[in-house]
Amino acid sequence: MNSYPRVLGLLFLAVMGSFFADICVGPVTLQWANIWAAMVDNKASLDALILFEIRLPRAFLAMLVGATLGISGAALQGLLRNPLAESGVIGVSNCAALGAVLVFYFGMTQWSWFVLPLAGLVGALVSVVMIFLLAGRSGSTVTLILAGIAINTLAGALMAMALNFAPNPYAMQEIVFWLLGSVANRSMNEVLITVPFITVGWVLILSCGRFLNALTLGEETTKSLGFNVRHLRWRLVIGVVACVGAAVSVSGNIGFIGLVIPHLLRPWVRHDPQRLLAVSALGGAVLLLLSDVAVQLLSSGGELKLGVITSLVGGPFFLYLILKNRNVWS
Amino acid sequence: MVINSACNDSSLLLTGQQLTFRVEEGITLIRDVTVAINEGELIGLIGPNGAGKSTLLRLLSGIDTPSDGCVSVTVSGSLKPVSALAVRERAQKLSYLIQGAKAHWPIEVEQMIALGRLPFQKWWQPASDQDQEKVLRAMRLTETLSYRKRLVTSLSGGEQALVMMARVLAGEPEIIFADEPVSTLDPYHQLHVMELLREHARGLKSAVVVLHDLSLAARFCDRIYLMNEGELFCEGVPERVLTQQNVACVYGVDSRISLVGKSLSISPVARLRNHQQGR
Repeated sequence: MNSYPRVLGLLFLAVMGSFFADICVGPVTLQWANIWAAMVDNKASLDALILFEIRLPRAFLAMLVGATLGISGAALQGLLRNPLAESGVIGVSNCAALGAVLVFYFGMTQWSWFVLPLAGLVGALVSVVMIFLLAGRSGSTVTLILAGIAINTLAGALMAMALNFAPNPYAMQEIVFWLLGSVANRSMNEVLITVPFITVGWVLILSCGRFLNALTLGEETTKSLGFNVRHLRWRLVIGVVACVGAAVSVSGNIGFIGLVIPHLLRPWVRHDPQRLLAVSALGGAVLLLLSDVAVQLLSSGGELKLGVITSLVGGPFFLYLILKNRNVWS
Repeated sequence: MVINSACNDSSLLLTGQQLTFRVEEGITLIRDVTVAINEGELIGLIGPNGAGKSTLLRLLSGIDTPSDGCVSVTVSGSLKPVSALAVRERAQKLSYLIQGAKAHWPIEVEQMIALGRLPFQKWWQPASDQDQEKVLRAMRLTETLSYRKRLVTSLSGGEQALVMMARVLAGEPEIIFADEPVSTLDPYHQLHVMELLREHARGLKSAVVVLHDLSLAARFCDRIYLMNEGELFCEGVPERVLTQQNVACVYGVDSRISLVGKSLSISPVARLRNHQQGR
């Protein structure tokens, strides 16, 4: 169970399985024969249309967003050496969400499909610029968290204001539903716009793996081990902002995955912060794909939002983890 | 005896020339301190709280850069400023053990010790056989093998101190800079850690250790640097530095010094009334 390649392989299989499950589930049962015929003979087929235009983008997004939330949670918990960290603590999720909320507020969604994700990305960019300005280039980890929390709160307040002054009930409903988090009704375009940012973010985070391991000894000792702490800290933060910003800008705020997944998987990699990164990415993807399956199975009429179910399942589960592991953290 | 080797330049490992360290608004933590470390030496760094021992140690190990003066290390026969070295190369040669070192994250003992090999690995490289061998050797030396699979956070203070020592030893650095590695330990573990440092500081390697226990310093160290108020007060073999007069002047305590076996035993007996503490 505990060998790293085996854990990776197992989780990879789980990703494949849940991805397939997510494609199969939905209001229409897909006829694979029809899809095959459509692909081979170029025949028009409703099933193929549903698969390529609705199910695949949705499953891809669930996978990418879940992996992003998992890996960034693991990265930030390692950087801050705090088991409660997730992308919220550096303010990026709320800032990206705020960007999207403003688009709804001003009714700009009709302009083009890319206005919404673009606004989310701009929001994420604003968050990292603000952290830079507040924490300073040489800022310590503590100033980084303080700046992040301040930005997060401010963005949350501005979102509340946008809801407060929403021009009409429809805009308000749109904002609320979007904030709850979902990967439904997205197109391949949205997948494609996020992929570059998410990839850059993942690469930046993964290249900091050994730095996270060294941080187990504290920042001073990490410095003495030949790491440029300041440089690597920013690299990690920028990596998280890039991928989480992109993820939030297309899916809204999906809670608890960044918090729960690293906790759940940490014993599987013997508490190794570097190995936890890739494992959390895979685990996050599995959890979000399965949540999306659950959403579609449970929905009747009004759709249950993805963020609701992750928090609903995540909250009690997190509580259980705390009770089980409290001696480790004391 | 050991003093003589200080004159022999070929065995010089590291020098700090006229080091001064200022923090903002003209507060000077260290003023004009000159230090030389030779091969095979275990050097004690002593002085009252706030004398600048930790600051000096951080400057010598290259973590902080002096405001004035220069730290140089011997690289293939010639002295080179430590700031001119690549950080990795510096980390391979000089190892720093922080005061009150602890795990900030529950991780297994063996992995913790393996972190000492990080300066030798590129980020895409897994640990090599050689790395694993060094880690094993460090665990054997520190007698930490029996709990290698336990979480560091579940260990006792003495066990944790040995794990931290093992982490430093696994890197096989030329010089170990240890900041009060024994101040929170029981006598058994104090002796164990000091013996490890003594064992390391043989042949081509050396160690600098900050100590508050003067008898321990007298017993284990080849040479002692006595710091006071950011300046070097006195330097030399233990018998020369640890006199009743020096201890009274710097620490402000009356002490009883006796010869036990081959080394001095220093026990503070009373505070001196007229001693001015601090700056």
